[in-house]
Amino acid sequence: MNLQPSHTEKVTAWKRVILPEVPDLHNIDSYLAIGGYTAFKKVLAMKPEDVIDAVKKSNLRGRGGACFPTGLKWSFMPKNSDKPKYLCVNGDESEPGTFKDRQIFEFNPHLLIEGTLIACYAMGMTAAYIYVRGEYGKWITILQKALDDASVRGFIGEKILETNFSTQVTIHRGAGAYICGEESALMNSIEGARGYPRVKPPFPAQVGLWGCPTTINNVETISNVPVIINQGWEWYSQIGAVKHPGPLLVGVSGHVNNPGVFEMPTGEPLLEIIYKWAGGIPGNKGIKAVIPGGSSTMILRGDQLEGIRMDVDSLKAAGSSVGTAGIIVMDSETDLIQVITRIAEFYYHESCGQCTPCREGTGWMFKILKRFERYEAKKEDIDLLMDIANNIEGNTICALGDAAAWPVQSMIRRFRDEFEQRVQVSHRHSVA
Amino acid sequence: MLSEENKNKVEELRKRYPTTQALLLPVLWMLQKQEGYISEESMKYTGTLLNIPYHHILGVVTFYTMLQKKPVGSHHIEVCTNVSCMLRGSGKILEHIEQRLGIKVGETSQDKKWTLSEAECLGSCGTAPMAAVGDEFFENLTLEKIDQLIDRLQ
Repeated sequence: MNLQPSHTEKVTAWKRVILPEVPDLHNIDSYLAIGGYTAFKKVLAMKPEDVIDAVKKSNLRGRGGACFPTGLKWSFMPKNSDKPKYLCVNGDESEPGTFKDRQIFEFNPHLLIEGTLIACYAMGMTAAYIYVRGEYGKWITILQKALDDASVRGFIGEKILETNFSTQVTIHRGAGAYICGEESALMNSIEGARGYPRVKPPFPAQVGLWGCPTTINNVETISNVPVIINQGWEWYSQIGAVKHPGPLLVGVSGHVNNPGVFEMPTGEPLLEIIYKWAGGIPGNKGIKAVIPGGSSTMILRGDQLEGIRMDVDSLKAAGSSVGTAGIIVMDSETDLIQVITRIAEFYYHESCGQCTPCREGTGWMFKILKRFERYEAKKEDIDLLMDIANNIEGNTICALGDAAAWPVQSMIRRFRDEFEQRVQVSHRHSVA
Repeated sequence: MLSEENKNKVEELRKRYPTTQALLLPVLWMLQKQEGYISEESMKYTGTLLNIPYHHILGVVTFYTMLQKKPVGSHHIEVCTNVSCMLRGSGKILEHIEQRLGIKVGETSQDKKWTLSEAECLGSCGTAPMAAVGDEFFENLTLEKIDQLIDRLQ
């Protein structure tokens, strides 16, 4: 996997903290040698509310796609509860175009464990479950080894480091369902049920895992926490974009010369990421389209990328979102109808089937797009497609419905010409 | 039936979850590893072991893509064909494997050696195109690499 940018002059100014350039960091001794677990030790001497306060002030936002302020989420947890409280770490990583959490499991698993322990201490949790997608067998093995090592060294278990704080951390292996990345479906999956999202409210902080107060955070989000404690929230909040600060793991895939996951401050220009970090487009072709944050974020036209930065506000203003920061680049020769048909197929396959608009609508969209792909579509099909997408959006229990609608809506809005051309060619085919 | 080793693992896991139903996915994983798929027998056995009704187990087994409802070949090749892999030629990779093995997507070879599937995004977008065989990922695939892989596994 590429973790290095292709140009080294400007882009290496950032000194990596989530995936630092230290060999064998998955090994606990290497991690301890660079000051690993000092943030956790520091936290054990702090008041839990001060830890939450530091995370709040750092302005860390969730890295799983929704960009929700992490400290605020933590503060929703009841301070006093007669029920146990739980942490779920979301490592389901299944959003097409996303492959960042995998790098943390592989290259810096102890950072994730340290962040998990800090979160448990701050919110008074006695158990954490790290939910890892079933396909990541190799990375589950690495993470389990790291957990075992951390337990042997006394960082996990009963009366940790001779304090009164006890917590256990368990890996829960998924079994192949995109929907389990949705936080309430994830909880159902841990409980041993089908991964059906739950109706909210009640929110997990009140009624979560086994009906108890629960917080769910993404792997990368949790891995930012030790950095905030070590370097201070003041330092952290100054990195990158003011309203969405910190280091960001940006994945770049598709038509680029140097695909990979690159750690950079938030707010880097999208074009610079594509050309300097990811090495530009093979054959020096132009860019037709870019999906900026995983397949459910709205697609951008190649000619609108100037000035767009990789942060929550800039991408929102451009009519998309930062999502999981998984950028998919498509060159000037890409068949976008084929791309959107494949994306629609994915959501059709992954819809859990609970809500009618999503269960039926994703299938209808896929079927209509197949007509476009096979040059059998009519002009009315474009509006029909948009109509279905509009009727899925906002009408489902969870965000998968929206995630299925947005790519289709944005593709029609920004590339209507591609659909129209397809219809014209289809018409010629049928006349001939 | 779970092996003795796995039975012990289940007893250890019981301490980590407040309900026995939460052990369902871990137990199904163990059974699938032992037997290659989740049989009717395995589901009934799990029901007795964890005191869960059969219909619930069937519901779970049919929900998760990775839980195999019928036997698969000894090598289960899954080719990712989602967008990032598609843009980097997964279509040709899949076609080549179909030709080499003489089976289509979704099929198992007559000698039960190979099963071929299309997979949704497996998180290898930066090393696309890719295929998985069991827990192992094969990345930055070319037609030559596919040939080498098949020759090695044959």
